[in-house]
Amino acid sequence: MATETVLGVFAHVDTTVRALEELRARGYHDLTVYTPLPVHEIEEVLERDRPVSRVRLFTLIGGLTGIASAFLLTIWSSMVWGQVTGGKFMQLVPGGIAGASLPPFFIIAFELMVLFGGFATVIGMVVLGRLPRLRPSASYDPRFTNDRFGVAVHCAPERAASVHELLRVSGAEEVKSR
Amino acid sequence: MSDGRTTTSPTFADVNRDVLRTLEPPGNLYFAWMCFVALLLAGFFAAWAGQVWWGMGMAGKRVPQMWAMYITTFVFWIGIGHAGTLISAILYLFRARWRTSIYRGAEAMTIFAVMTAGLFPLIHAGRMWFAYFLLPYPNQRFLWPNFRSPLVWDVFAISTYLSISTVFFIVGLVPDIAALRDASTGWRRRIFAMLALGWEGSDTQWRHYRRAYGLLAALATPLVLSVHSVVSWDFAMALVPGWHSTLFAPFFVDGAIFSGFAMVLILILPMRHFFHLHAYIQEKHLDAMGKLILVTGLILTYFYICEIFTSLYSGEHIEKASLFWKVTATYAWALWTMYFCNCIAPLVLFWRRARTSPVVLYVVSILVLIGMWFERFNIIVPSLGHDFYPYTWGIYYPSPTDTMIVIGSFSFFFLLFLGFIRVMPSLSIVEVKETIPPPVRERAHGH
Repeated sequence: MATETVLGVFAHVDTTVRALEELRARGYHDLTVYTPLPVHEIEEVLERDRPVSRVRLFTLIGGLTGIASAFLLTIWSSMVWGQVTGGKFMQLVPGGIAGASLPPFFIIAFELMVLFGGFATVIGMVVLGRLPRLRPSASYDPRFTNDRFGVAVHCAPERAASVHELLRVSGAEEVKSR
Repeated sequence: MSDGRTTTSPTFADVNRDVLRTLEPPGNLYFAWMCFVALLLAGFFAAWAGQVWWGMGMAGKRVPQMWAMYITTFVFWIGIGHAGTLISAILYLFRARWRTSIYRGAEAMTIFAVMTAGLFPLIHAGRMWFAYFLLPYPNQRFLWPNFRSPLVWDVFAISTYLSISTVFFIVGLVPDIAALRDASTGWRRRIFAMLALGWEGSDTQWRHYRRAYGLLAALATPLVLSVHSVVSWDFAMALVPGWHSTLFAPFFVDGAIFSGFAMVLILILPMRHFFHLHAYIQEKHLDAMGKLILVTGLILTYFYICEIFTSLYSGEHIEKASLFWKVTATYAWALWTMYFCNCIAPLVLFWRRARTSPVVLYVVSILVLIGMWFERFNIIVPSLGHDFYPYTWGIYYPSPTDTMIVIGSFSFFFLLFLGFIRVMPSLSIVEVKETIPPPVRERAHGH
């Protein structure tokens, strides 16, 4: 189905929020909102029908991988090159590890949890935010990193005229089709 | 709400314009300063080359003080590196709004300070081309680092800290670089476009960005506190009198924050003056940093008292002898310099006028840095010089080589920082905008 994108450029937060409320009320959910900074009021309107960001899942998996790999590395390397600690070698015995000096390994586990968790978080942000983008999306305008807010509505071509009207009435400085 | 919001209220467009202005071609003063710093750096590399060529004796290293100025300066720079991530992670989670205008500079400072610190184990190790021995890597002899050694914990703590601070810093820069991309032309635009990863500030991007930033802050918060704790265990895990103390972790972390904030002020105050950033870095920001220096200074004084008390109350003869020697003998001047700079000098910040005066803050910050360098010196050198057996006692004298390397490390740090503030936004465009009342058409609909 062919869609058309109508872009409204706003100078104020309150007019942007009003436009978003109106659009929601009329059933337009396919929106892209551009802001120079995260704005609480705008997020509040948008978050109502969007799930919480899945970045946290990346962090969790990264952190757990870090802990697991740290314990594997430290315990395994102590066993292949046995060093006497507390009068004992560290070795595998039925029922567990004997002669284990585990407490210091928690430090390595903590560090690798933070390291892997941090990297995974950034990977999550990049993947979920669809970065890097090689060319700007059609509705983007350079003013959106300065002091203007943009609302791009993706709708059927026959409804474009009414979206134009709606954005203008809500207070858009400029409305155009892309 | 008035706290954190600027009183003169620049607009969003003003913020872009003012931050962009800091990236204009600099004047002669800047180049003169850069030349001076580069000259010192040349001295640093010459001294290092001399040490590699002629051997570690050039650094004045002899038993018992095998850890002398290098490890002192290493701990000093790691400590400086604490303020940046403290500001960007802990103060972010506490929603301290005054952090926004200083955090970018402080984060850059953190990364450059940790990089400077990272040089010292290499310099200290002598044959630095074998530094990869420190890392766990598969090898045919099945030799692995001893994970029970505090020095190996340190390798992990510091490399993690450097990596996570850098990640944090780059994530914060992305939306700002996008703003620079949209405001510049020609080759600059092409470079910024690549670095900005095609950031557009769409709602999807912001949603994941904000969540990722919060999670990074949550991960970095315990990391900040852990790094200097681990560094302190390099000492506290040993039996040397004056080192073997459970007090060391909080004592080191507090001192690190204390010196880190002093360095932030030393960098921020000239930036504010030369870039005319008075509308963003206001008196209340200076006031807040002054208060933090004062509080951490008082806590540090308490730790000094505890240290003396523990030693006297221990009933441990060698512990007491070591303390008595520190306070009265060869290195007593260093100890008393430290007490003056860290305990007495910051007390002036009890007065609000002192906390808002750039001159007073600058002087106090320099004193604090001197005091904190001497603190690490006093922990390392006199303790090693007077341990259990009289026949191992000894006095350390600095040599021209290690003195040059210590001074030169400052030039390494300043060269990186001065370069940074000319090519990247030293003020966060996005975060400063967050503290400005957003533009609204009808007040009734606004805040």
